[in-house]
Amino acid sequence: MQATGTERGTRLSRKPRLNPVRMKGGAGLLLLLPSILAVLVFVYGFIGWTARVSVSKWKGLLPDYTFVGLDNYKNLAADPRFAIDVRNTAIFTVVFVLGCLFIGLGLAMLLDKGIRAEGFYRSLFLFPMAISFIVTGVVWRWLMNPAVGDRASGLNLLFENVGLDALVNRWHTTPTWGIAAVALPAVWQMSGYTMAIYLAGLRAVPEGLREAARVDGADEWQVYRRVVLPLLRPVTLSALIILGHISLKVFDLIIALAGKQVALDVPSIYMWTTTFDGYFFGRGASIGIVLLVSVAVLVIPYLWYTLRNEAEQ
Amino acid sequence: MTDRNSRAWVYIPLSMMALFYLVPMFVMLNTGFKSFDEVSLRTMWDLPSSISFDNFVAAWDALAPNLWNSVRIVVPAATISSALGSLNGYVLARWRFRGANIVFPLLLFGMFIPYQAILIPLVDFMKNVGLVGGMWGLVIAHVVYGIPITTLIFRNYFATIPASLVEVARIDGAGIWQTYWRVMLPLAIPSFVVALIWQFTSAWNDFLFAVVLTDNTAWPVTVALNNLAGSQIIEWNVQMAASFMAAIPTLLVYIFLGRYFLRGMMAGSLKE
Amino acid sequence: MQSIKGLRWLTVVLVTSMVIMGCGGDEGTDETTTTAAAGGEMTGEVEVFSWWTGGGEAAGLEAMIGVFATEDPGIEFVNSAVAGGAGTNARAVLASRLQANDPPDSWQGHAGWELIGTYVAADQIESLNFLYDQEGWLDVMPETLIPLISKDGDIYSVPVNIHRANVLWANPTVLADAGIDMPESFDDFVTALQTLKDGGMDAPLAMGEQWTSMHLFETVLLATLGPDDYNALWDGSGSWDEAGVTTALENFATLLDFTNSDASALSWQDAGQLVIDGSAAFNVMGDWQEGFFREIGSVPQEGYTWAPVPGTGGNFQFLSDSFVLAKNAPHRDEAIAWLTVAGSREGQDAFNPVKGSIPARNDGDRSLYGEYLLSAMDDWASNTVVGSLTHGVVANDSWKSEIDTALGLFMQSRDVAAFQTALVAAAAASPNE
Repeated sequence: MQATGTERGTRLSRKPRLNPVRMKGGAGLLLLLPSILAVLVFVYGFIGWTARVSVSKWKGLLPDYTFVGLDNYKNLAADPRFAIDVRNTAIFTVVFVLGCLFIGLGLAMLLDKGIRAEGFYRSLFLFPMAISFIVTGVVWRWLMNPAVGDRASGLNLLFENVGLDALVNRWHTTPTWGIAAVALPAVWQMSGYTMAIYLAGLRAVPEGLREAARVDGADEWQVYRRVVLPLLRPVTLSALIILGHISLKVFDLIIALAGKQVALDVPSIYMWTTTFDGYFFGRGASIGIVLLVSVAVLVIPYLWYTLRNEAEQ
Repeated sequence: MTDRNSRAWVYIPLSMMALFYLVPMFVMLNTGFKSFDEVSLRTMWDLPSSISFDNFVAAWDALAPNLWNSVRIVVPAATISSALGSLNGYVLARWRFRGANIVFPLLLFGMFIPYQAILIPLVDFMKNVGLVGGMWGLVIAHVVYGIPITTLIFRNYFATIPASLVEVARIDGAGIWQTYWRVMLPLAIPSFVVALIWQFTSAWNDFLFAVVLTDNTAWPVTVALNNLAGSQIIEWNVQMAASFMAAIPTLLVYIFLGRYFLRGMMAGSLKE
Repeated sequence: MQSIKGLRWLTVVLVTSMVIMGCGGDEGTDETTTTAAAGGEMTGEVEVFSWWTGGGEAAGLEAMIGVFATEDPGIEFVNSAVAGGAGTNARAVLASRLQANDPPDSWQGHAGWELIGTYVAADQIESLNFLYDQEGWLDVMPETLIPLISKDGDIYSVPVNIHRANVLWANPTVLADAGIDMPESFDDFVTALQTLKDGGMDAPLAMGEQWTSMHLFETVLLATLGPDDYNALWDGSGSWDEAGVTTALENFATLLDFTNSDASALSWQDAGQLVIDGSAAFNVMGDWQEGFFREIGSVPQEGYTWAPVPGTGGNFQFLSDSFVLAKNAPHRDEAIAWLTVAGSREGQDAFNPVKGSIPARNDGDRSLYGEYLLSAMDDWASNTVVGSLTHGVVANDSWKSEIDTALGLFMQSRDVAAFQTALVAAAAASPNE
């Protein structure tokens, strides 16, 4: 549920050319008002409530708003489980984001060659996005069965059968690095989407620019390196933001794939279990706020940068 | 770049990646068509000895009412949030008013929040306005949390529409509403496709909001699927069939409308 | 032209969605028409929340609902079971609903501190003394159980079953081939595991995901400390930093060396399957494992055998599912009717043989239960009864969740000292009160 839909984001990078003169009027504000009010309540009001809980000592089903300052945050900083969460999130993010960017860009460049059946491939690469993380998790739980030898199943069995024994591994039960295996289904699900936004970016590169480079004697590779890739930087930036915030919030994929266990813990799961299994509402809220701040640190400079760029144009 | 060798270098990696994308699908369907006796971890790559639709029948029996619930929730949720998004996008792209520079980022940020952080206040709020249990509470949640993304989609799109069109409408005496309705909306079809597909998928696949906001008569298919998967004896074949069935609507949307989705995404940047 | 077509298309979508929502409204009104009942009986509905959605659990619940339908045909039973398995689970949903003052009429809770420390402490459920008096349940419910569901003289739930947690399941063929008897003491157990490991079985003790390791942990705690010291840990009279606890943690670490490396990827059923298949010799799991063994067609004493977890003989480490009555229940009378059935002999004898547990009442019909359950009934009547940690009896939810975190960290580090320090801290921060 976590990263399906809206949070998968969309392309923020497209730079709309704002026409110099926009209309003026309060009527516009009136049309916006319902949405503004809804978002104020449902997003900012609720965040404010969570922030208030995060500085309370609320534990148990009954609310207790006794103010305890930043105690919950301090405890979190010293919490060995939260340290694991941070490490796991870092590993997951690196594998997931780099995996999606490389595969996405690679596929987009191949598809941009003007091949036959391009539409077929595009739909094929895009379809995992249509599936919920819960279903993805259930299927990949089967595929990434960590048993080896007689009990081998899933991909391990396939590797054994086709003689790729070197690839047989313990997947998400690998000590310390198991979380990297969890990123694999996430890459499966989101790399097609990354492909789509890169393809859109590639198609927007004027053919004239490429031609000019070719005329100057650049080979195909140099055309990419000198002309196309630099123009794709804004696309990469938006993809980075979108994928990055998905990985900060990853939740249901891990739950469906591996259940709740400390070895594969991430902040969103810690928050869920400590709040709803342990009734540590104060601590849970503080994790929620830390998550939110991490996302904000990632997103706000980006939004600011993009919107300012736009305004300048 | 037209000799056959270089073509091979395009098709070989593409086909290998296609395989990677299809393997989970294969496992889902292959297992879904097997009878329970045949399902075992050791033989998961073997084809079923005979195609059996029993699992799909069983899954259909379990999921049919919830599939219908999902449709009843998702269609209005996607439509309303897209409609609101188009209004917002139009205003933000075309109208200047005090605070516009604050409103847009504030709206946008809503799309990045972790939902755990707002879950309990959400339930509390819905309870207080009497919308817990039925479908409307869930529809409203999907609509509200969908506003940021749909607004973004439409704003980016409307910003690419030539000012002259809007000017002409203005000279004709059209107000803000008429301009939107007569000029902008008809042009915005590609964006509607993107926004609708996006919202349809995200609402269809949602589990978190559904499980806390609806009661068992209004549960969408994801909750029913979770209950099926939470059973003691894990009937993998039925689970796989059910998972596939729950994914069919969104898959169909992507297979048949995926082109328009991509086209809509590219529309802004390709226009000028 | 293009745009006009598009607009039409949009209109179609909008209209369709309205039509669909309209249908919804119609059906909604249909649903609210009350089921007409014969002879002035109670009508209406009762919403019951549980996490029994599949297998024997769901079938057992259905059987009990069947009895309810016979007793109170006018009441519609709204089964709001949400699976606990796939993570985002029943209790989170329940907590959200209770937060929002939107309780189901009745819900499932484990007897013990899960109930007392959470729902009673938060004043969410009603005392049921009147129902116990009316139905005479104090005469048929075990004396050991009543204090666990009571606070200050008020009884707060209706227990429907008893499960045993400290059971060692074994594959008799594997044991016979290795020349091993069912171990009785903890040392025998370790010797047996070592023999099997030396004989080439890498992981003779099958284990599953993290909560099953907590389950193993609680039985080792009991085996090492004995029932008195074990109980003392929970009621505050004993201390977690004593040497006995250190020994227990070391014993637990010893057992972990004999478990499968893919444990975290397996469910408890998968772990049981390893024993049935002969890939492992032993598994420590509650007696719902027997229900699974029977469902997959295994035969007692041929496919599997059982004994108390070594070192816990004479002790019955139990858990019990019970149902409560919400304070301000939207359908209070109907909920009481449901609880009456849940506590009745007929209700429990319908539920338990299917669920694979023994009735909480001591007057169950023995002819309905199989070999294992009969032995469990006898042990329940004669053994020293202690509570389970994993299944909500001995510690409140906050405490348990902190132990779970400490255990999870220990599974990573295998650092006994750090584990014990964390357990001491957890006991100090969240005692039962």
